[in-house]
Amino acid sequence: MIQFSEENLKKVNELISHYPEGKQKSALLPVLHIAQQQFDNWLDVPVMDYVASLLNILPIEVYEVATFYSMYNLKPVGKYMFEVCRTGPCMLRGSDDIIAYIGEKLGIKPGETTSDGMFTLKTVECLGACGYAPMMQMGKYYREHLTKEKVDEIIEECRTQSVNLN
Amino acid sequence: MKKLLLEKDHIEGIRFYETYRREGGYKSVEKALKMSPAEVVDEVKKSGLRGRGGAGFPTGLKWSFIAKPEGVPRHLICNADESEPGTFKDRYLMEFIPHLLVEGLIISSYALGSNVTYIYIRGEYAWIVDILEQAIAEAKNNGWLGKNILGSGFDCEIYVHRGSGAYICGEETALIESLEGKRGNPRIKPPFPAVKGLWQRPTVVNNVESIAAVVPIINMGGDEYAKIGVGKSTGTKLISACGNINKPGVYEIDMTISVEEFIYSDEYCGGIPNGKRLKACIPGGSSVPILPANLLLKTAKGETRYMNYESLSDGGFATGSMMGSGGFIVFDEDQCIVRHTYTLSRFYWHESCGQCSPCREGTGWMEKILKNIEYGKGKMKDIDLLWHVQSNIEGNTICPLGDAAAWPVAAAIRHFRDEFEWHVLNPEESQRRNFGLAHYADPLIPIGELV
Repeated sequence: MIQFSEENLKKVNELISHYPEGKQKSALLPVLHIAQQQFDNWLDVPVMDYVASLLNILPIEVYEVATFYSMYNLKPVGKYMFEVCRTGPCMLRGSDDIIAYIGEKLGIKPGETTSDGMFTLKTVECLGACGYAPMMQMGKYYREHLTKEKVDEIIEECRTQSVNLN
Repeated sequence: MKKLLLEKDHIEGIRFYETYRREGGYKSVEKALKMSPAEVVDEVKKSGLRGRGGAGFPTGLKWSFIAKPEGVPRHLICNADESEPGTFKDRYLMEFIPHLLVEGLIISSYALGSNVTYIYIRGEYAWIVDILEQAIAEAKNNGWLGKNILGSGFDCEIYVHRGSGAYICGEETALIESLEGKRGNPRIKPPFPAVKGLWQRPTVVNNVESIAAVVPIINMGGDEYAKIGVGKSTGTKLISACGNINKPGVYEIDMTISVEEFIYSDEYCGGIPNGKRLKACIPGGSSVPILPANLLLKTAKGETRYMNYESLSDGGFATGSMMGSGGFIVFDEDQCIVRHTYTLSRFYWHESCGQCSPCREGTGWMEKILKNIEYGKGKMKDIDLLWHVQSNIEGNTICPLGDAAAWPVAAAIRHFRDEFEWHVLNPEESQRRNFGLAHYADPLIPIGELV
């Protein structure tokens, strides 16, 4: 059965308390982040239905939001997701090369996951780190000033030790 | 030049309350709460502060529009959905001096009568949520938030609301929709948020930097603040500089320095790396028109161009650009304008909410045409088609995303048409860089030396 952990339920209730009575739907975006964090970093339909029941809204209200925002994953992703920025300012500093290098190194194309379920490569649009380009998001944090060597180190780090994503 | 926002950003521990307070933090709250809310609004009006998110609308005037119907709560929302390519100044402020934003929010909430204030932050800035929440908790523990702040009778809570990756939510009505737990589809105005905003209540949405600027305005007084800068560009402005420069980063400038000084001085961008020459620049975030070096450093009339609202827009869109959000993107001589414009079009296509057909369809068309040209599959007539598509988006959408998508394409064709033609004429070489078109006429280098 799908159920938030006690700790996450507490967080959800805290979030709901930030909005006026009857406006609990406002907590939807942050609650979906919590859901993604607990349920393997993606939103399966039963998870969205559970969130709808928690916030006392219709499932469709959750689906329409989950399909609009790019940070919600609607299919399973790898344990480590490399979200590499490719918009103009990053492009000027060589993000195309970094994306190609990661793809080559992991044997996957953007949008794909390695067969062992470890890595997903995703291209994203501007993450607001243009001065520290090229860069990518990994879990909660940014990895900036990327070079091929740095990419090697990050992949190695993911393979050999548990990297803190939250 | 005296810094007003980043003056203390180098002090160790300034992120935390004790240090921030010891360095004079929260003094403006003590001062403001002894004034009436209307007096606070007046000081901001006098300061001439213009919204730092991109539009440049006078903040004090915006505040004075808020409706005050009896018995209806009002809200202030801080727009921290910084997503304009080239812009990362708000992130810097929130990450390193979070208390400055909290302090500004308390005064601004008092001025507007907002007892519950929200910071809508872009979802990707996940770790900054923790930083802000800690700052808010510290402020609350020290009596700057909560009930009856400093015995003034004013109650205020600040909550951080995390978005989830949608550029469109930087538009104030889309942001409000998103904060209500919906898709970020902009609303038709009127009614304006100042009358019916969040949950149909009167709402003001202000950028992070605008809110932070209220702190020095109250501390020094609106008249003193207005003396800094030039003309209608008062105070200081944060510029996030990126692209091909030696020192990318966030700089606080007073708006009297020239563009040339900003790019080449060691105090700011530190010039172009590897001895390359300046080709072009987008001075105010990806939506504003790109300018070739000659029009960037000097206006069409041959006058020096300065880093302020008036000077950057001198010449209109024909030969000028805009201050925008302060996202300053520099291109060296090797960069391809077609490729860059293609990435921006892809960005706007990805970020269009899909509500208005000119934007939904037009951004997709522009992306496809530009991709064809960039990859050597374009025809000459595609350039005219591209111009036609962009001109049919501009002004025909509910929100400014349509304009924001059209302007960079229009400006790229206007100033760099020969690069588009070069791609069409040289399909085999379309992926080559540094194809040596004379448009990067850098006025600092004698004409004879140009490629």
